[in-house]
Amino acid sequence: MHLYKQYIFYMSKLTEIKDDVTIMFAGDSGDGIQLAGTQFTDTAALFGNDISTFPNFPAEIRAPQGTLAGVSGFQLHFGSVKINTPGDKLDVLVVMNAAALKANLKNLKKGGTIIANIDGFDRKNLKLAQYDDNQNPLEDNSLNNYKLYTIDVTKQTKASLSESGLGTKDAERSKNMFLLGFIYWMYNRKMDSTIKFIEDKFKHNQQLIDANIKVLKAGYNFGETSEVFSNRYEVKAAPMPKGTYRGITGNQATALGLIAAAEKSGLKLFYGTYPITPASDILHELSKHKNFGVKTFQAEDEIAAICASIGASFGGALAVTGSSGPGIALKTEAIGLALMLELPLVIVNVQRGGPSTGLPTKTEQADLLQAVYGRNGEAPVPVIAACSPSNCFDMVFEACRIAVEYMTPVMLLTDGYIANGAEPWKFPSSTELPEIKVEFAQSSNTIENFMPYARNEKLARPWAIPGTKGLEHRIGGLEKEDITGNISYDPNNHEKMVKLRAAKVEGISHRIPEQTYENGQKNADVLLVGWGGTYGVIKSAVAELIAEGFSVAHIHVKYLNPFPSNLGSILKQHKNILVPELNNGQLVKIIRDKYLVPAQGINKIQGLPFHASDIKEAVYTLLNQKSILAGNPA
Amino acid sequence: MDDNKPLTAKDLVTNQEVRWCPGCGDYSILKQVQTVIPELGLKRENIVFISGIGCSSRFPYYMETYGMHSIHGRATAIASGLKAVRDDLSVWIITGDGDSLSIGGNHFIHLLRRNFDVNILLFNNEIYGLTKGQYSPTSHKGQITKSSPFGTVDYAFNPVALCLGADASFIARTMDRDPIHMREILKRAHLHKGASAIEIYQNCNVFNDGAFELFTEKTTKKLHTVFVNHGKPLVFGQDSEKGIILDGTTPRIVELSNYSLNDLWIHDESDRNKAFILARMFDDPTQEGAMPRPFGVFYAETRACYEDLLNQQVEKITTTRGKGNLDAILRGNSVWEIV
Ligand code: SF4
Repeated sequence: MHLYKQYIFYMSKLTEIKDDVTIMFAGDSGDGIQLAGTQFTDTAALFGNDISTFPNFPAEIRAPQGTLAGVSGFQLHFGSVKINTPGDKLDVLVVMNAAALKANLKNLKKGGTIIANIDGFDRKNLKLAQYDDNQNPLEDNSLNNYKLYTIDVTKQTKASLSESGLGTKDAERSKNMFLLGFIYWMYNRKMDSTIKFIEDKFKHNQQLIDANIKVLKAGYNFGETSEVFSNRYEVKAAPMPKGTYRGITGNQATALGLIAAAEKSGLKLFYGTYPITPASDILHELSKHKNFGVKTFQAEDEIAAICASIGASFGGALAVTGSSGPGIALKTEAIGLALMLELPLVIVNVQRGGPSTGLPTKTEQADLLQAVYGRNGEAPVPVIAACSPSNCFDMVFEACRIAVEYMTPVMLLTDGYIANGAEPWKFPSSTELPEIKVEFAQSSNTIENFMPYARNEKLARPWAIPGTKGLEHRIGGLEKEDITGNISYDPNNHEKMVKLRAAKVEGISHRIPEQTYENGQKNADVLLVGWGGTYGVIKSAVAELIAEGFSVAHIHVKYLNPFPSNLGSILKQHKNILVPELNNGQLVKIIRDKYLVPAQGINKIQGLPFHASDIKEAVYTLLNQKSILAGNPA
Repeated sequence: MDDNKPLTAKDLVTNQEVRWCPGCGDYSILKQVQTVIPELGLKRENIVFISGIGCSSRFPYYMETYGMHSIHGRATAIASGLKAVRDDLSVWIITGDGDSLSIGGNHFIHLLRRNFDVNILLFNNEIYGLTKGQYSPTSHKGQITKSSPFGTVDYAFNPVALCLGADASFIARTMDRDPIHMREILKRAHLHKGASAIEIYQNCNVFNDGAFELFTEKTTKKLHTVFVNHGKPLVFGQDSEKGIILDGTTPRIVELSNYSLNDLWIHDESDRNKAFILARMFDDPTQEGAMPRPFGVFYAETRACYEDLLNQQVEKITTTRGKGNLDAILRGNSVWEIV
């Protein structure tokens, strides 16, 4: 009988097919929002959707419960089409409490769906969320423009666990599973992967396994049996290139890329770092992989972190330090030392909102000028940037290659947005990855012949590591005499060395890929020049603009110092150049300076990613102005 | 250099002209180091000298070994990274009172805490020499310098006590004017497995001449210093006529005419508490009744080194999990196929 009843209900519910859906889970940072979000992500990915995610944390780990400051969110965009961003506007907003609704409602599409936990809208929660006395958005018709569904998640969760013997606290903790189960129902998803996850996570506590699975299924069945919900949605698998995929965040990709570079260069990886948001996950990931010979060193401060890495590099390791803006500022003097010593070193900057402590948990691209110019003296450092979570793998691998081939510190820029965001990754096999060639200087019997600052065709000096007989030599931060490396105050030598170091870095432009177009033609009216984590959103915006009939093209610059050798000629082919950046205009400055082109910025400095609409608006405005100027109003 | 020929002091001299002021205490330290190293059975290519910034930090340029003259205060941090990946090297850190106790204070204490197997030669001249004469964190209160024309109001660091507080596993003090003692301490430091901190009183004859005069000059040395040796009583004085007893936790000077050697404080390098008392014998030597300043090894303990623990951990995890497989971690735990 029971089965029969369910069948009827299933048949009575409408299943609507969608191309893509943007959904946000929001609640207190203690509500298990991130976990629910990542579980849904994994399930969607396993199903074959293309996905992009964006977790949004409060700055304090335990911000006061129920307050606007304490809202944690996880945004997920999945679809049967190519997904470039975590989505501009939400289709569905799942909220655990009033503050979560208040903080995110502005991002919900008109007509979008709200799923609210009634229990989080009691007097206390409404007050904490700063709603007026006697105002309850769930009851005052203020949400009439949306599809509002309310569920008493706490009550339902407790009810499903009434016989489990679990304490109230533990029972309440599994509220997120109820909502997750419900969303699985809504999108017609299997729960297998989450059930397996629960079994792994609580493998030492059968009671918790049973309870969480029970609540998850209760949420699913609630959708099935409750008459409130009439709609189900289906998002079919996306047409992605054939192959084997996994999900990956930017920080994970960076960690894996470093391990891969160590394996491919035959060097031992040393990662010197100091805990800092949002870079610490690289340390967490690397510290798990000691069986690759990886050594992680949690130093006493940022300066020690980079200096220890310089020591490790001197000793012949693949040395890397990672941080975020404030930490990079502290490392500045030591970056200059590494450059003077001409030792390989990779510096990863997972950018966040600045200046000073700034917005630690929010994203920004405001450290480009710091990366390119921020040192005393004439101190050129190669700078490259990753453009998506999985691209962090390729770019950190590339940073390692450049560092050891050119004997130089290299800065890799990622940002909080791609570092914490996830996407499907068609991961390479180890054999597909190129070798990184490393040649240590060889032992010699005649010490007089060893010249630590002699250079090869790339202008790189030899890497002569301690323990090599006959190559004993001294290096240091004082100006070096060309070739011998002895201290030199000779004016002409200093000028020569400054120019040699600059030429070495400039020379890299010939051994990196030429700049290519992501989209659009070389004669397009408007060229959008992006860099870093804005890749997905610019790509979406440009695709839409082209579909609307505009003559727009997109290039995304991954090599920021030096630029690819053909960048100038590309820029000169376009009448209008727009540079979208999450800062107050940094790449645009460099480009204008270097190529004397009239590039203009599109800037957003809110600690948040662009919406495709931000970029499209800027293009519309530009073209409008142009046509007005031409006496030809659009 | 011929493989079979034993290393000599001359083999350790570089072609660089030594640029310290004539009469500087640094010369003696360089000489003692070049004299001692050939006795340690090391290969020249396995020795690394790392320094920060300051007069003393020019040292690596004068040693025909591997070397790095780094940036202010960071030699300890650089040496830590080097040692973490290269436990086969003999690493010597050259630093000064400003370099290690002021700008590099943080790295200094953390290196001691972690106990990397390195030797730290802290040249203490109680002044900033390279920047031409400002007071340092070890300058005594009231000291008149270029940056304190009316005398400093800073309270001075006691470097040995600081090292003890940071749980250093080997702490010693010696002086530029006592080559034999310095060589002995350098050897002990080398033999000690772990971080060996040696404070070396070094005269800056240009900006702080005579800072340690009472301890170093023939006429006053015996009265103002006590050389401690493990298992030996603390005896000093012009004719070794004085001793030190421990009255509870308070050291007192006694005349050996009234006390026997057995009554005296017998130095025990392994006693951390007594090492603290010894370190606090830090009186202004010009004051009446001042305790003599101790020289020698204050404290030595056997404690695991950071790099050994790190390497053991890597080995252990590699044994239990097997050598890392790149393809396995690229793949991760959960994959799906698009066909
Ligand atoms: S300034 Fe002082 S410490 Fe420096 S070299 Fe001259 S005498 Fe020596």
